[in-house]
Formats: sequence, structure tokens, C-alpha cells
Amino acid sequence: MTTSSSERGVSLGMPELPAPAYPDDVRARLETDAREVIARYPDSRSALLPLLHLVQSEEGHVTRTGMQFCADVLGLTTAEVTAVATFYTMYRRRPSGDYQVGVCTNTLCAVMGGDAIFESLQEHLGVGNGETTEDGKVTLEHIECNAACDFAPVVMVNWEFFDNQTPGSAKALVDDLRAGRPVTPTRGAPLCTFKETARILAGFPDERDGAVAAGGSAGPASLVGLRLAKGETAPARVVHPRDGGPHDAPQDRAVHDPSPTQHLSSHDAPQDTSASDPSHPAGPTAEEGE
Amino acid sequence: MTVAAEIKGSSPEKLLAPVLSAFWDEDESWTLDVYRRHEGYEGLRKALAMSPDDLIAYVKDSGLRGRGGAGFPTGMKWQFIPQGDGKPHYLVVNADESEPGTCKDIPLLFANPHSLIEGIVIACYAIRSSHAFIYLRGEVVPVLRRLHEAVREAYAAGFLGENILGSGLDLELTVHAGAGAYICGEETALLDSLEGRRGQPRLRPPFPAVAGLYACPTVVNNVESIASVPAILNKGKDWFRSMGSEKSPGFTLYSLSGHVASPGQYEAPLGITLRQLLDMSGGMRPGHRLKFWTPGGSSTPMFTDEHLDVPLDYEGVGAAGSMLGTKALQCFDETTCVVRAVTRWTEFYAHESCGKCTPCREGTYWLVQLLRDIEAGKGVLSDLDKLNDIADNINGKSFCALGDGAASPIFSSLKYFREEYEEHITGRGCPFDPAKSTAWADRTEVKA
Repeated sequence: MTTSSSERGVSLGMPELPAPAYPDDVRARLETDAREVIARYPDSRSALLPLLHLVQSEEGHVTRTGMQFCADVLGLTTAEVTAVATFYTMYRRRPSGDYQVGVCTNTLCAVMGGDAIFESLQEHLGVGNGETTEDGKVTLEHIECNAACDFAPVVMVNWEFFDNQTPGSAKALVDDLRAGRPVTPTRGAPLCTFKETARILAGFPDERDGAVAAGGSAGPASLVGLRLAKGETAPARVVHPRDGGPHDAPQDRAVHDPSPTQHLSSHDAPQDTSASDPSHPAGPTAEEGE
Repeated sequence: MTVAAEIKGSSPEKLLAPVLSAFWDEDESWTLDVYRRHEGYEGLRKALAMSPDDLIAYVKDSGLRGRGGAGFPTGMKWQFIPQGDGKPHYLVVNADESEPGTCKDIPLLFANPHSLIEGIVIACYAIRSSHAFIYLRGEVVPVLRRLHEAVREAYAAGFLGENILGSGLDLELTVHAGAGAYICGEETALLDSLEGRRGQPRLRPPFPAVAGLYACPTVVNNVESIASVPAILNKGKDWFRSMGSEKSPGFTLYSLSGHVASPGQYEAPLGITLRQLLDMSGGMRPGHRLKFWTPGGSSTPMFTDEHLDVPLDYEGVGAAGSMLGTKALQCFDETTCVVRAVTRWTEFYAHESCGKCTPCREGTYWLVQLLRDIEAGKGVLSDLDKLNDIADNINGKSFCALGDGAASPIFSSLKYFREEYEEHITGRGCPFDPAKSTAWADRTEVKA
């Protein structure tokens, strides 16, 4: 390699300046939390995933400042931290809404109506996959199997379960979220914001009264086998979504459009994983045959 | 000979065996109080009265096999931990339940987290570990809340911490939330992730029993496997062996989902059949018939209505050409396009491939390209052999089982539904109407 980049007419630009630090008070507060997280593990590096949840709880997404903070407290390089932060889909790389609405479009939920729900929400909200409504309230995305297939189709809001959804109930749900009306998951505690959720994920228990008990012992589908075993002859029917009522009319239009550009999985999660050279992605830039 | 064959045609009361799910219908079933009312932590007392080696032998004799998919004998996994090596030993519970269709550990942890915690204490006593971890997938916050609370309760009651029940056993338990990566359900990728790295599988050997977490001897067990241990100790290995078959003893959670009348959790002795489960639960949704199903998640080769009487235990499903896996019985009726289903699963594998091994990383990508074309009516007949060929180049040629899982739906769907693929190609498009597959397709009251 004898020719420099400038001789080849390629501008690589200036290296990025170090990320700005958190204000002193924020840093002091986060350092206290970080010490508590690190103390849970025999090796401090194990604290990296929870610490990334922690910095996400501060700013709503994982910023360069947050990654610098993680690197500082764990004695890692920012490259090591970035490599981890970009691997996992729950770390958001850009500012997003207070409520992350995820529609399961893995096969079973998709077939049972998840595809129709996802399409109708995109239309209703005027946003695409991974995009946020203008009011900053709702970020819509499709998600993979969330271990609730007996409640399909499933929608998750800030990783709380909304079971047995329809296009109508899902639209009513996002309308409530945008209007600031209280929303209760099918199983689990009253919703908190995305930042508050991230703090629980960092390992700090939800301190709200009744949060652990909310939602009861088990969802109806979890109990069908037990009820049969106890001799209750009529198995519980699949529950309809709560709040289904007047919103419950599904779209009649066809929802199946298997055009490659509209396909749901596999082109979404790797958001910008490297700021170094976005104009030269490593992978193929077009679908075969296009 | 399986129990299912002997009791065929019996009532649900006889066919089902709720153990872990026995009191999920009670108020506050997740609390320590309710758990103890149901003989909770009695198994631990009995375990602590044994020597650790006797305890390992006891669990081995019970015949308990891993409930996470592979079916490896749990006691044998414990026995592999070298003793007297001077290194710390770790127990890591795999609660990263992400296999498409699988939905047993999440309701179990939501309704009955103490069964897992008690199992953890017993396992750690057996393998001489003083620090255990629960690696829970991050996307299930309600379950995380319950685990946080259950661990707090267990510490307060002296079931965790120092000198547990006066036995001299010290145990710390850390609940760790993941951050969204299917691959972390693979045990070595999980260990890398728990060490604060990208979740990528490790080359084996060395196996985790020799060099696992922090290169120390480590047992990685599925939630349901560990949660089954307290009942075995409390009620005895003979009781456990009275259920299921010789090689697949015991009870387990079957998760019925899809186009069935009553999706949900059914805890039964190993060896029950899908026909028995459907017969007792109202069958497929009214007016429809079963087309294809998975015995244990999307990574297990699919079955059709020919396989309704296959005993759902490790041997029975294996002999029929699939794997018991996670007992995630995803049932699809005749309205479902198998090409659409397989395309979506394949997109999932391409998305979740960690990128470490070339056959999986590249192969899943090209499978998706071919399948999307076929589904959209733009494929050619030679694509079907090409699909098979690419899947063959992934299967068994990567570090972990993700690639094998990606190949399973391809192989099995081509085996049973090749004509349907051909129809997409010759008919230049998908002959199915997806609106007919939805949960509300037949609900007149919803349509109105």
C-alpha cells in the first residue's frame, strides 16, 4: 500500500473526535449505579451488557458518550464496547420514541395476523420499520419470536406483552400511547417509558407499588392444560384482545405482498454498525436480479 | 413402549400431569409463600441431606434429560464437572428462550420462578458452585420483574446467600438480562455474551464443563431442566420414572400454538402424541385441518398430519425424522402457505446468524434470496435443487446448531411439500390468501 488515500481521490476525513462526557452530576450518579452492577460479577467485563442498558436508560439510546462511559468504567476501549453494542438488537443506535411498539412477524405470529397488524400500523402511523412518529411517542418495528406463541398474534410495547392482537386493537393501542392515555399490558405491569424499562434491564428492580403482582399469575393460554387436567371439560377459548370492541374491525384488503423489498426480516436490525465508511457497505448493495 | 401408547384414549386428567404448572391458577403463584404451600424448597432439604456425589448420581438415575432441545442427560452434565480442581465452578441457566414457537420457560418463570431458584440451589450444591447466573433474554420485562422479586425473597428467607439452611453452602445468584440475540441461546455463545462480548459460539472442545464461564468448569442448563429437579428430589426418582418411557422419563411442558382451538401450555408425561393433545383440547380451529407442524420449534424438521401419532419423546420424534427440541408444537392449517412459512423462518435465521461461520452466514443469505423469488413467483424449477444444495452446505458445517436449524425447514418442507413449491414457480405466484390464515379470519363478530 504505497498510495495514500488522498492520492486515490478518496477522502477518509478526520477521525471522529472523542465523545463528549456526561455532565459531572450525571456521571457521578451513573458511576454509583455502575459500581453496583459490576459488583454482581466475578469479572467486571460481564457488566458490559447491563451497563449498556443503563446508559440507554439515561438517554433513550446508546450514544457515543454512553459507550465511552462504559469503556471508562470497565477499562475497555471504545472499539471493544462498540463491537458489543452493535451486535445486540435491543440497543438503539439513534434517538427513538418513548414507546417502542414491536410487532412479532416471525412465522407463527405473521401467519396468525402479525403481518396484517404490522402493515396496518405502518399505514396508520405513517412510519416504516424502525421509524418514530413525529411527536416522538412511538417507534414502530417488527420483532422476532418473543416466546408467547400461544398468545399469537403478539405485540410488545417496551417489552411488555400485548397478547392476541388484531389490526384494530393495535391501532387503538398506539392511539392511546400517543394521546397519553394509560395503557395496560395483557400480562405485566402498567407501562413505563422506554428509559425506565432500560433501567430494569440493567438489573435495578421496578420499585413501583404493585408492579410485580400486576397481570396476575398466568395468562389464560398458560392455564388451558392445567384446567383440563383438573377436569374442567370446556377448555378456555382463546381470549379476544381487551379493548377490542369497536376498534376490532380488521382490514379486508389483501396483505400479502412478497416483493423482496417489502420483506420483513433480515434487512432491519443491523442499523449503522460503523460510522467509518457508510458509503461503502460491505455487503451486496442490491438484490440479485434488480 | 411408551406410556402414551398404554393410556391412549384416556381422559385429560389421566393424560396430563401438571407438576411445574400445578398451581399457576392460584393467586400470587409466583411468591415464596404460595410456592412453599406446595412443598416448595422441600426438595432442597432432601438434597442437602445427601452428599453432592450421591445427589448427582440420584439425578442421573432419575433419567432427567435436558429440556432445551438436545435432550442431554442433566445428571451426566453435572458429573462432567471436575472436582477438586481448585477452580471456581459456575452454573448458568439458559433462559434465553428465543427459538421460534417456543414459549414454555417464559410462562414458567412468570408464574413459578421459585421452582427454578430451588433447582439452582440444588444443582450448585451438587457441582460445588458458589455463584450461579440466570441469563434471561431481555425482551421479557414482566418475567425479569418476577425473577428480581423471587431472588430477593429467596435471599431474605435464607435459600440463597451464606450457609443455606445451615448446610455450609454459600451461593450467590445473579439475574442477567440479555440484549436481543437468538444466537445467545447456544450455550457457548451465551457464555461469551455473559462475559460481556458479542455472542458468538466457541469451538468445542474444550466443552463448558472443562472451560466455560471465565474458562472455569461450567454447567449450562435450560430453565425447565433445572426447574424439574426439585420435584424429582421431593417426590423421588421412581415417581419421576413412572411417567414417560424408559429412555425419556418424566413430565414436560408442551406448548400448543397456531391454528388450534386452544393454544397454550400442556404439561404431560413424555410420549403423549399431538393427536391426544388435540383431541382433548378441541382440535384444530373449527372447519380446518392440520397441514404441517413442528415438534420442537422451527429448527426441528416439520411434520404433517401423517405424524399425529408419533410419541412426543426424544426417541419417538427422532425415529420419525425430526427432533423433540423444545416441544413447541406450532400447528398450521390448510390455509397456510408452506413457502411463506419457510421463507419467514429462513429470514429469521439469516437475521440471527452471528456471522462467525461462512456456510451459515452466506448460506442463509442466499436461501433467503431464492425463497423470496420463489414466493413471489419469480423462481425456476432448478431453484429447488439449489435450495436443497445450499441447505446441505450449511447443515453440519458450522460451529453451532443455528445453521443446522436453518437447514431443517428447507429439507423437511421440500420433502413433504415439493409440489407446493413447484406450484409457486409454474403458477408464477403464491396461490394462498393470507387473510384466511389470520386468527380472526373465521370470526364473524370481528369482521362485522
